[in-house]
Amino acid sequence: MSGDARLRRPLIREQTVATLLVLALIIVLVLIIALPLWSLLSKSLQNASGGYVGLANFATYFATPSMVSALFNSLGVALMTTLLVVPLAFAYAYALTRSRMPAKGVFMGIALLPIFAPSLLGAISLIYLFGNQGVLKGLLFGHSIYGPIGIVFAEVCYCFPHAVMIIATGLRLADGRLYEVAEALGTKPTRVFFTITLPGVRYAAISAAFVVFTLVITDFGIPKVIGGQFTVLATDAYKQIVGQQNFEMGAVVGLILLVPAVLAFFVDRQIQKRQVALLSARAVAYEPKPAPMRDALLLAFSSVIGLVLVAMLGMAIWASFIRYWPYNLSLTLAHYNFGEFEPGGWEPYLTSLAMAGCVATFGTGLVFLGAYLVEKTKVPMPLRSLAHFLAMLPMAVPGLVLGLGYVFFINAKSSPFGWLYGTLAVLVINTIAHFYTVGHITATTALKQIDGEFEAVSASLKVPFWTTFRRVTVPISMPAILDIAVYMFVNALTTISAVVFLYGPSTKLASISIIHMDESGATAPAAAMATCIVLTAIGAKTLHVVLDRLVFSRLQVWRKR
Amino acid sequence: MLLGIGGRMAGEAGAEAVFVAIRNLSKHFGAFQALKDIHLDVKRGEFVSFLGPSGCGKTTLLRAIAGLDRQSGGTIAINGRDVSNAPPSERDFGIVFQSYALFPNLTIADNVGYGLVNQRRSKAEITARVAELLAMVGLSGQLTKYPAQLSGGQQQRVALARALATSPSLLLLDEPLSALDAQVRLRLREEIRDVQRRLGVTTFMVTHDQEEALSMAERIVVMNHGVIEQIGTPEEIYRNPATTFVAEFVGRISLLPGVAHGIDAVEMAGRRFLATRAAEIADGAAVEVGIRPEAIRVRGVTGSEPNALPVRITDLEFLGAFCRATLVAEGAPGLTLIADFSANLLRDLGLQQGAAITVDLPADALRVFPARASA
Amino acid sequence: MKSKFLVGVGLCLAALIASAPIASAQTRTKVTAYTALENDQLQPFKAAIEAGVPDVEIVWVRDSTGVITARFLAEKDNPRADLVIGLVATSLLLFEKQNLLDEYKPKDSDKLRPGFRDTAGPYTWTGMDAILAVVCFNTVEAKKDSAAAPVSWEDLTKPAFKGKIVMPHPASSGTGYLQVAAWLQIMGEEKGWAFMDKLHENIAVYTHSGSAPCVQAAKGERMVGIGFDMRGAKEKTNGAPIDLIVPKEGVGWDLEATAVVKGSKNLEAARKVAEWSATKAANDLYGKYSAIVAHPDVKSAPPNYPADAEAKLVKNDFAWMANDRERILKEWVKRYEGKAAPK
Ligand SMILES: Nc1ncnc2c1ncn2[C@@H]1O[C@H](COP(=O)(O)OP(=O)(O)O)[C@@H](O)[C@H]1O
Ligand SMILES: [Mg+2]
Repeated sequence: MSGDARLRRPLIREQTVATLLVLALIIVLVLIIALPLWSLLSKSLQNASGGYVGLANFATYFATPSMVSALFNSLGVALMTTLLVVPLAFAYAYALTRSRMPAKGVFMGIALLPIFAPSLLGAISLIYLFGNQGVLKGLLFGHSIYGPIGIVFAEVCYCFPHAVMIIATGLRLADGRLYEVAEALGTKPTRVFFTITLPGVRYAAISAAFVVFTLVITDFGIPKVIGGQFTVLATDAYKQIVGQQNFEMGAVVGLILLVPAVLAFFVDRQIQKRQVALLSARAVAYEPKPAPMRDALLLAFSSVIGLVLVAMLGMAIWASFIRYWPYNLSLTLAHYNFGEFEPGGWEPYLTSLAMAGCVATFGTGLVFLGAYLVEKTKVPMPLRSLAHFLAMLPMAVPGLVLGLGYVFFINAKSSPFGWLYGTLAVLVINTIAHFYTVGHITATTALKQIDGEFEAVSASLKVPFWTTFRRVTVPISMPAILDIAVYMFVNALTTISAVVFLYGPSTKLASISIIHMDESGATAPAAAMATCIVLTAIGAKTLHVVLDRLVFSRLQVWRKR
Repeated sequence: MLLGIGGRMAGEAGAEAVFVAIRNLSKHFGAFQALKDIHLDVKRGEFVSFLGPSGCGKTTLLRAIAGLDRQSGGTIAINGRDVSNAPPSERDFGIVFQSYALFPNLTIADNVGYGLVNQRRSKAEITARVAELLAMVGLSGQLTKYPAQLSGGQQQRVALARALATSPSLLLLDEPLSALDAQVRLRLREEIRDVQRRLGVTTFMVTHDQEEALSMAERIVVMNHGVIEQIGTPEEIYRNPATTFVAEFVGRISLLPGVAHGIDAVEMAGRRFLATRAAEIADGAAVEVGIRPEAIRVRGVTGSEPNALPVRITDLEFLGAFCRATLVAEGAPGLTLIADFSANLLRDLGLQQGAAITVDLPADALRVFPARASA
Repeated sequence: MKSKFLVGVGLCLAALIASAPIASAQTRTKVTAYTALENDQLQPFKAAIEAGVPDVEIVWVRDSTGVITARFLAEKDNPRADLVIGLVATSLLLFEKQNLLDEYKPKDSDKLRPGFRDTAGPYTWTGMDAILAVVCFNTVEAKKDSAAAPVSWEDLTKPAFKGKIVMPHPASSGTGYLQVAAWLQIMGEEKGWAFMDKLHENIAVYTHSGSAPCVQAAKGERMVGIGFDMRGAKEKTNGAPIDLIVPKEGVGWDLEATAVVKGSKNLEAARKVAEWSATKAANDLYGKYSAIVAHPDVKSAPPNYPADAEAKLVKNDFAWMANDRERILKEWVKRYEGKAAPK
């Protein structure tokens, strides 16, 4: 080989490629995240014919009693749910992390169950449990499950896993030495609890509270199914947009929904910073000491909660097999014959599968490549910071709001994307954007753990970074990539709030079909469709775990010493 | 013309030419200046070590040479070609990092052959080259193992083989041995030096370990706070440190406060000692006088030597083959010296803690530095 | 490890195939039809239309009457629908007034009952069948509360029914609006609103769809449902313990009709479907899902359908129903929406 060849400049410089890719990423993120939000904002300042009207729509909003009452209803329900969930989740997480209660793994799994179901499944279960023909109706002492009681109950279950995960993480960070010192000083257990345990999870609890509040205030499925006459912001937005085609007012509601979410986002970031300080100070992991009384109490408590969570899932599944509730309790598969209740028959389910499959495939690809470009390339920092900021943005944007933004963005008169409306593509893109941040964080965390010099080594060997990305980075990040894919798949299956505004005649999703069937009174088929979704989501997760354990460990021999 | 693989044998005509030329190099990280005005010429085939305390900018300089982190100002030329703005892939170097950065999911053979595959060489050619490289670093027969299955020293060798696989004209080593335990480190020093000599590849090695630099490098670049304090062979650096920083950083030295006196003497604690000094130091200027522990003479000192000094042994620290003694000049507690005495000497002279003796500070072993502002 | 991705890619391909026209369907014209027909009607209707008009493929966009109406109006500058099938005449009259419908008269339309086709202005819509509101009364639940079956609308304002009645929201449901309009027509505006004020006290919830009330009554979730007639009959046939009651003052009704959308990009195909919709064959199909059909020769007697229904239809002023729709709904929303949830 001649010296000329050694020093010959390649046709395209890697740096140029990397910069172009980052620019492309920024453009994509602006298109799928920033511009829709911008459309929402500008729509709220326009009248029906697109003229600028300043805050007139907001004035109209606050002058309409029914709308303001929806706002207060939302705040009330969200507050109530938060106040209930956080202590319950704390006790549950406490049992999982600070006791010697048996079967902790099972209880952790049960706590996560609601994640695999569309939020409205719990509401459907509640109707069967506490509705006017409900098996446990007596427990309500004459109150109706339709309305705030039902919403709060269902939301508590729906938000429970999120709160438990956050608080359990906080509890796991505890410094065991503090407890040993306290014990050595003869401190009473209650005092230890109030002076060490509670302050230790303070931040996690606040974080959980904000997450729950945001989840509730932006959830659409539960109030839609069980709200009765009790309107909330999310159902109001739906009514304005879908029912009355009043886009401006829908935009106003969307922006109002954005406020608590953005607030929560910034509070959470603030808290994350302090949590880091706690974490670095941690020394010894806490080992719970045997305490039969405590463990028995916590086991009893966790069993009750676990039972409720299982019932909230199981009731709807069981009801989906009942021939004619409550007059004929024989079992049947008739409600799974969706053609009877839904024009598409099984098609919505298949569309959901396809959508979730595409989201998992393309979404994971985009998210991981994006995180790689931000984390590992030598592209100038301002560009990478911008891309990172855009990637973090969806965290602060509820799905419903993002969905509204898409409606306005795509349907704007000057929009070149009008043809996307109602296509599978727009559902996929919207859902990827909706769940982008968690994937991005997962990918970034995984990439940070990889030796930072791989790219430098490749450059020295004159191997372009994309080769190293393919041959090294992707294979060793495979567990994280699969995590992201499963996360995206499950969420794409269960999501409602964003896509309910975007689906088209041939792209109706299972979750929307559930809403429609429930609207027309076909509760059992709605439960049946929800059951299909839950089983698929749990199946995907199980497959993931099995793959991870069996196939993966064999493929990744290099991880073993 | 441009150089080929065969053109790098040590001693060949042209080897004396400057191979790497660094001019006015500077590097800023925001407001912080990590490198200031670096000048450096390195000959083809030379083994140069960057030595300095942690954070002084060694890695930054190495990465600038590699093109991994672009400098803020100045130029770098390799083999007469200005590469200041060239990306790493156009600079022709191999690099070994402290972490080795071996690809964990690739076998040893694939790691070593990583850069070869991209050169569109035939499979057989690659296999042969990989075998040759692994034989060179003493790892034949480990081809199908994964990095995690090797010891630290073996991983280091793989990293070295991988860096050399494409026969680069420059080899860059960033703290290549600091992750290893002492014994392995000693053995690998020699192996690396050996390989480097055999291939004649121009090499830069970053280290904060002075022993490593002294034993391996042909020339040492001592750095501090982003500037080069001194460039020289290990002997020059050790015997003739240019600054008190170099003197203290490389080897042990006692630095004693004094004043320049006449043309060839210094005054310390009211006594006059013969010592040559650089012309820039004016008569009467405050100075620091350095002497290495092993240069202090005890045997056969009569007391009549011009630089004789009565001292008391205030401390004896047993260090195995020798003892490190702390000596305080009689009547001048400000003059404290460190001296190394062999076990023989201690036995022959019956030296003990508290003993009063007279030592000689040979004039040619005294180094006179301008006093530091803070000293 | 790549298998997961292969599965994903496979699903994506499947989706593309599913959303793209199938090879054999390539020669067929896709016609987007906006509809408020019941879900269970859509598949048979699609099959029948595609059998009757072989070069057409129907793509349904289904929602409740209010939603479809609002959506159609919102899209008037850039219509996405080619055809409207099974939407109430009230809405179609509204569209006609705004000049959004194609003037087209199917050959067979003259054979239909006179009241079942467009008579005023340009001919735009063709009736299919009538939809009615009836009272679905759950006898099991009534027995528990010893409530007597209502025979008149006034009966429903009795305290015994407090919180036990459901009816559709008139803004979203065609059934809801036609019954509100009926009350205002038979009682007069003032008395009509006064009646609804009292009824509101007994309403548990205003449902989104017209089917839901009778379904909920059928399942005992509520005692009384004011809802879509055929849904009630079907639930009773399925074994629900309900009686279908036609209050003596008369019941509200509307026509479900078909129209071609002005500005449709598939006008030719859409007109062919409209042509089909007036045929006897089409009316035979309507008869399977409706008691009162446009074609005079089609006799439909759905099981468990109240015999006296047709006789008790109120006298409808469709023009008034269409023109005053917005005003009535606004008034209704003002009175009954956003108030504290009734129990
Ligand atoms: N990317 C960076 N950003 C900011 N400061 C840096 C960066 N890299 C290195 N530095 C700073 O530059 C100085 C020199 O670093 P380095 O060259 O790594 O030192 P060393 O001599 O230990 O190899 C250190 O103070 C370090 O903190
Ligand atoms: Mg370094």
